[in-house]
Amino acid sequence: MKLAIASGKGGTGKTTIATNLAVTLADKGNIVQLLDCDVEEPNCHIFLKPEIAKVAPVTVSIPKVIESKCTGCGVCADVCEFNAIAVIKGTVLIFPELCHSCGACTLFCPENAFSEVPREIGSIEEGTAYGIGFVHGLLNIGELMSPAVIRGVKKAGGDPDILIIDSPPGTSCPVIEAIKDADFILLVTEPTPFGLNDLELAVGMVRELHVPFAVAINRSDVGNEEVKEYCRREGIDVVLEIPDDRRIAEAYSKGEMVIHAIPEYHGTFDACWTRMTDLHETAIRAERQPETATEW
Amino acid sequence: MRLRYGPNGSRRQQRNGNGMKEIVVISGKGGTGKTSMVASFAALADKKVLADCDVDAADLHLVLNPRIECREDFSGGKKAEIIEDKCIACNRCIEECRFDAISYPASEEVGIPSINPIFCEGCGVCVRVCPVEAASFEPVVNGTWYVSSTNYGPMVHARLGIAEGNSGKLVTQIRREARDIALREGLDYVIIDGSPGIGCPVIASITGSDLVLVVTEPTLSGRHDLQRVAALTKQFRIPTIVCVNKWDLNADITEQIEKEAGTYGVEAAGRIRYDTAITKAQIMKTSVIEYTDTAVSDDVRDVWHNVLRTLGEKGTAA
Repeated sequence: MKLAIASGKGGTGKTTIATNLAVTLADKGNIVQLLDCDVEEPNCHIFLKPEIAKVAPVTVSIPKVIESKCTGCGVCADVCEFNAIAVIKGTVLIFPELCHSCGACTLFCPENAFSEVPREIGSIEEGTAYGIGFVHGLLNIGELMSPAVIRGVKKAGGDPDILIIDSPPGTSCPVIEAIKDADFILLVTEPTPFGLNDLELAVGMVRELHVPFAVAINRSDVGNEEVKEYCRREGIDVVLEIPDDRRIAEAYSKGEMVIHAIPEYHGTFDACWTRMTDLHETAIRAERQPETATEW
Repeated sequence: MRLRYGPNGSRRQQRNGNGMKEIVVISGKGGTGKTSMVASFAALADKKVLADCDVDAADLHLVLNPRIECREDFSGGKKAEIIEDKCIACNRCIEECRFDAISYPASEEVGIPSINPIFCEGCGVCVRVCPVEAASFEPVVNGTWYVSSTNYGPMVHARLGIAEGNSGKLVTQIRREARDIALREGLDYVIIDGSPGIGCPVIASITGSDLVLVVTEPTLSGRHDLQRVAALTKQFRIPTIVCVNKWDLNADITEQIEKEAGTYGVEAAGRIRYDTAITKAQIMKTSVIEYTDTAVSDDVRDVWHNVLRTLGEKGTAA
């Protein structure tokens, strides 16, 4: 099962849930891998303190002009939708940070005057912690293309029993990249107006992806009832509620795992997992139903 | 997104000829209280325009109750679509698409591939490679942006479509509009609510601005994320200050953060104590400044005064 943990709003507790869930499940004998896909601001390592065994650069392909072949015709600039190439007085100028590596320039150059070269935009670190496999990515400072680094993190992932993806916040391209092939998505929110607004956006996103999902409410007793009412109205299951427990905030501030600082939370995460696997199975059955019907 | 101004902000002076200043509030780590801070600044600042550049998860409107005066569609680019009648299923597009966006529908027995709009990057390779012109390529509406009036002054904000990209371009659009309003109406400040992270929308929010205020929290995560966001503002040479929200949750880490920030040229802009009034204000859809007049509102006022003081100093220095 591939579980992605996401949220519209930042700082709702994605990382807390991802790390504690991963270690809880590994403690029960599962083979678990955690992929921290928040490559702009990764935080899982602060809590897991993994031993890093492997570091590799993440590169994207960018075009390079073969001067001897280039006639300065300008086709490359015309076909680049991202304004990453300009041809000025017959000379090709490439703006690497704007390049999306789509290959249009290479493909359509009538003179075959492009080669593609790797450009480093980040790195991937792999290791282990508390019996789980760990991978995270780091976007280099000043780079724009975080989805490419997220792709790198996911490629480094293996095929464990349980794969947990910690997604970046928001609802745009980096988030989609992180969660698009998940089997199940857990959306984390807070019971506040901001939390509700951003949850609604995240639900819209997840529905677009057609992946089964559920909601976790963190600091569930700080705000109002509107998030719960929304979930009830929309028929969305709330599979986890974490109270506003000062002990959690303190453990978090020091980079400690909740389940280690306050062992009674083991059961909370375990129960949440059981509910998610149940919902996942129900969703799979529901999906198979119509097919079976047509076969009959 | 396009980087319109050099990292040294050489056009800053020229653009902001009337002395108008752009202040961007960001956080690195999400959920540290950026938007609550911007809402308070809205109540404290004179002659300003507000810009919500956290287009992924825009929340400022929930507090400032904008009255929309004009709205415009935003298109960040084009997307391809296969024209079924023309397609000869030659698979050239599938071979050349580097984003795995084109495939045959799994369940149906349709002999024509289709393009998943969520995965489509809008590069147009499929359109150009198709031998029978069976792919259309039209600008898509990725979102809507609004110019509104609020009790605090004009506000520019947006709503990015579900699962849309191009947030950097939309941020650039919002900033441009907010600057134009400030110049036209002779306003002193553009106050920008930024997004978490250090990627595309954040870079689009801060490029060429006058001051970045980072709102962080006294946790190891907050400290780690500040390091990365401070490295980013340094690379773009934007004066940066930091305030620690809920500082009393961990006084030791607060001190560490402030000390460490100093070593990379980021000055401390004040501390805000932990107070449930901040959440309560949000629930009442107002700023903490208007909600209560206690110690926590003084903390926020101090941060705002430090913002002004820093702008003044940097102003004289330039």
